[in-house]
Amino acid sequence: MNLLSHSVLLAGLPMAEEGATAPVVAPDMGAGGVFDLLWLVIALPLLGAVLLLGVTPFLPPSLRASVDKHGHLLGTALAALSFVLSLVLFVALLGRDAEARQVGQQLWTWFETGSLTVGMDLLYDPLAALFLLLITGVGSLIHVYAIGYMEHDPRRRRFFGYLNLFVAAMLTLILSANFVGLFLGWEGVGLASYLLIGFWQHKPSAAAAAKKAFVINRVGDIGLSLAIALMFATFGTTDFGAVSELAGEADQGTLNALGLLLLLGACGKSAQVPLQAWLLDAMEGPTPVSALIHAATMVTAGVYLVVRSNFIYELTPVAQTAVVVVATVTLLWGAILGCAKDDIKKALAGSTMSQIGYMMLAAGLGPAGYPYAIFHLLTHGFFKANMFLGAGSVMHGMDDDVDMRHYGALRKAMPVTFLTFAMGYLAIIGFPGFSGFWSKDRIIETALAENLVVGLLALLGAGITAFYMTRLMLMTFFTTKRWEPGVHPHESPRVMTVPLVVLAALSVLGGVLLLGDWIKTWLEPVTGTVEHHEPPLPALVITLIITAVVAIGVAAAWFLVGKRDIPREAPRDVSFATRAARADLYGDAINDAVVVRPGAGLVGGLTAFDRRGVDGAVEGGSLAVGGLSSTLRRVQNGFVRSYALSLLGGALLVVLALLAVNLR
Amino acid sequence: MTEFVKPSIEYFELWPLLVVFGAACLGVVVEAFLPRTLRYPVQVVLAIGGLVLALVGVVLVAQDVRTYDDGAARGILAVGGTIAVDGPSLFIWGLVLALSVAGVLLFAERHLDGGVSAFAGQAAAVPGTDAETASIAANREHTEVYPLMMFAVFGMMLFPAANDLLTMFVGLEILSLPLYLLSGLARRRRLLSQEAALKYFLLGAFSSGFFLYGAALLYGYAGSMDFAAINEAVRNDVGSSSLLLIGTGLMSVGLLFKVGAVPFQAWTPDVYQGAPTPVTAFMAAGTKVAAFGAIMRLFYVALGADRWSWQPMLWIIAILSMFVGAALAITQSDIKRLLAYSSVAHTGFILTGVLGVQAADQLATGEISSVQAVLFYLATYGFATIGAFAVVGLVRDGGGETTAIDRWAGLGKESPVVAAVFAFFLLAMAGIPLTSGFVGKLAVFSVALAAGAWPVVVAAVLASILAAFLYIRVIKVMYFDEPVGAGPSVAYPSVLTATTIAVGAAVTLVLGVLPGPVLELAAVAGEFIR
Repeated sequence: MNLLSHSVLLAGLPMAEEGATAPVVAPDMGAGGVFDLLWLVIALPLLGAVLLLGVTPFLPPSLRASVDKHGHLLGTALAALSFVLSLVLFVALLGRDAEARQVGQQLWTWFETGSLTVGMDLLYDPLAALFLLLITGVGSLIHVYAIGYMEHDPRRRRFFGYLNLFVAAMLTLILSANFVGLFLGWEGVGLASYLLIGFWQHKPSAAAAAKKAFVINRVGDIGLSLAIALMFATFGTTDFGAVSELAGEADQGTLNALGLLLLLGACGKSAQVPLQAWLLDAMEGPTPVSALIHAATMVTAGVYLVVRSNFIYELTPVAQTAVVVVATVTLLWGAILGCAKDDIKKALAGSTMSQIGYMMLAAGLGPAGYPYAIFHLLTHGFFKANMFLGAGSVMHGMDDDVDMRHYGALRKAMPVTFLTFAMGYLAIIGFPGFSGFWSKDRIIETALAENLVVGLLALLGAGITAFYMTRLMLMTFFTTKRWEPGVHPHESPRVMTVPLVVLAALSVLGGVLLLGDWIKTWLEPVTGTVEHHEPPLPALVITLIITAVVAIGVAAAWFLVGKRDIPREAPRDVSFATRAARADLYGDAINDAVVVRPGAGLVGGLTAFDRRGVDGAVEGGSLAVGGLSSTLRRVQNGFVRSYALSLLGGALLVVLALLAVNLR
Repeated sequence: MTEFVKPSIEYFELWPLLVVFGAACLGVVVEAFLPRTLRYPVQVVLAIGGLVLALVGVVLVAQDVRTYDDGAARGILAVGGTIAVDGPSLFIWGLVLALSVAGVLLFAERHLDGGVSAFAGQAAAVPGTDAETASIAANREHTEVYPLMMFAVFGMMLFPAANDLLTMFVGLEILSLPLYLLSGLARRRRLLSQEAALKYFLLGAFSSGFFLYGAALLYGYAGSMDFAAINEAVRNDVGSSSLLLIGTGLMSVGLLFKVGAVPFQAWTPDVYQGAPTPVTAFMAAGTKVAAFGAIMRLFYVALGADRWSWQPMLWIIAILSMFVGAALAITQSDIKRLLAYSSVAHTGFILTGVLGVQAADQLATGEISSVQAVLFYLATYGFATIGAFAVVGLVRDGGGETTAIDRWAGLGKESPVVAAVFAFFLLAMAGIPLTSGFVGKLAVFSVALAAGAWPVVVAAVLASILAAFLYIRVIKVMYFDEPVGAGPSVAYPSVLTATTIAVGAAVTLVLGVLPGPVLELAAVAGEFIR
């Protein structure tokens, strides 16, 4: 079905605006004041990582023990400080004129070879400002939550060191003023993600999941690094400012390649089809990690990349179309997975994939969609972190059981978790008034205005979202008790519930960002403006339709899940569709068939060639050299007379060589 | 016949030379008048003090050298035009002096062999006689090595700065004679050491003969000893070209002998192996630096106009040196001989840079000149070599240093730090990225390529592969082979040797990671003056 829709889509996409170009990035380098402290936003969490990971192991044992005991407080405090600073910076940016809201800071020249110069430069603009608040804000809350969640873990100090490392890398990614710096952060978050997914490395499944995430991300990273190399070759720079200025002069083929390569990078990091297979496995990591990295922040880096590279995408309709196609497929793919998963974290992971699909879709729609992509990214950051942490709280009370078939009727046992989770739930399905309602509504509306088929598929996705989230809600908090014997669900400690309450409040109120189209105006210096296409129907009618579709999804879940008995074992005699969804729509099987097996074959062939061809040549060569060496060695017999003779011979050789040249 | 004119002596510009020479002479006086117990500390302080003072002088002179002739070359001709104090001279002086400081530190090392230095107690005592036993029992040592070494340093500084044929010959001899002596002064394995010294002397004298004969022929051709005058004669094509060519060839023999290029390399392994390890370290690093300075000055300044005749000859020598050096190193069973052959291969690589000379106006902007590339390579090679030989001095068993490679098996476990540092030096010599050796190779290869010598570069790359094999073989032995018997032991060095090794390793790393400043310095050194 998906494949069919592609061809329909490709037939005539009016996505890219004719002649629309993104604004040139030209930061004000000498803003001064509080903006001089920009580097500190990154440096604070980095300091935490260095202290907790790099310095502590070398301390004397007594001091180390005390850091082991209290190190998490340091990590949390530094993340919180970074948030405070981000807030101050945000207020300072608000105080500037709209056209002066791009502030740069040059730290040092990172490297310089030949004609290439890459600076360690930072760029703080409205887009970065929002990300900073999201990363440090949600990040700090999750740090606080993890104090409770990881209380009994013997390696808690290391966990907080990794979290700080992640925050520092993510901030580098966001604040960098060129693609190489962005790549540094990009790899940094990849490393932190790998370390944290495999944090419980004693579990083989966690180690395997970490490896899988790392390997699949490599594929995406190849795309990004090739894109950067292509930029060097084409423009001679990777600076956002210079590239945004020069992009118009490149030829169309280069721009298409750039756009597609960047998209490949974005697909890897943001778990978009076809590089989606790692995200569900990544749930092996501790739940705060799933909330921070694999829901709220890191996985949205792909969306950031596309929006940040708008100066390229605006010039390449082909790549933009590819973004839209990938996004649409992913938003449905993730939603379908979410319907069939019984593991609460995997169901949420499927939903994350799907929601990022929505963001990507908006980002692929050009300037009309960019603000809504970021808007949805923010609201999703709130409500998805909220729900992941809620899921963690549920697991905490259920002895780390993740199977929803063993839950049920938890609303009484865990009232705070239930209420906060419910806020997140209402937000994600798009219940009128909640944050997700505003953001998703705008995306679907824009999609309908730009392309009917895509818009309808996005609408369908909203219905499925409502279905699987209601299913999750019902199986966890309503219906009958299906608890394992000996499990006594209890509410989590304050240190875990307070972040939940804050995030729940944000999930409800996130929509205020849209008041008076604030976010659109705010992001205008980055995303540019464009003539808005009139949607096929009045906006109010579309909103009503979306709400109706959501209601249908909720009702379907109510009748299929809420009204029936839920078996404690997953039924086996299910339809083909359910089986496929349970197997991640055969994502792994596809990877195996398309990549792994041909790859293994190729490697086998290369090994054979290496053994016969290369080794043969090398060994033959070394035998020859060895033989030559032994022969020559005999000349070195230790007698001065022979040496003198060879000297004389050499003198003859030199003189003859000189004469021979001149005889010519 | 012109009247004899007393040359003016530019004391300020010649300050580094004079200080070293003065320190050497003072050392002789110290030997004569100070009691035996005081000689060691006084000689060491005197040597290091003289070298450091000279180094300071180099820095001061370098700040002051005037622009001479044109913008590319800076410097003055001193002592009636016989000594050129120009950018390359100063760079080489600085390098030689720095390496010599490291050399003195190695000479002064007394921790490794039970409180005495690596030099014979009484060189005049015949090995195996009572006199030798007595000198050992009395814990005597020769402190004459310091003035000898200072004279050699003086020669190493004069040699590359010489601006006429005769001064160059004098420099060559001043540099060589003390080294012949020093090679024969080993405390242990004295017969081997004395044999090495004799061989070195005989062959050195033989090659000096060639050099002198060549100089005579060149004088006959040009009618002048002066390099600038020879250059003028070549440019104007006066006289018989066979005189010029044979003279060039014979002089090359003398110079190529000093750097150990094939087919003049035969002495290298024997002398490197036989000489006391500190002497080997000093000689391997210092002589090569000085002699390449002289080679460049002779070929670029005096014979620059005749480039097309001698370049093909250097092509052959470079290719032969790289391949024969690397191939022979592979089958060596002694680490000092292996390093000797590796130095032969390095001579080939440096010659690749020397033959990559182009006229200044042919140089594209941003391209490095061959002088710059060679000077940089010499800096990387000098420090890696002196560091590597210093490490060789540490690995010992009951009979002194164990230089047999198979006795090094298991060093990685016995002393991880020493093995790691040595492996690092070997990787640098192999030219692995992030070490100085990589940047040096890259520099000389790129100038040769720019000058159109691509066959040499192809050969050089192939030879690099061969060479990498031999270095990595040693690393394999250190880390992966099972030790024979009790395995090697590592003597704890005093701060002197430790400093030398640490500085060598640090320079090798820094030049590999951040080559910019030194490349820049070599570029500022500019061209030779005429």
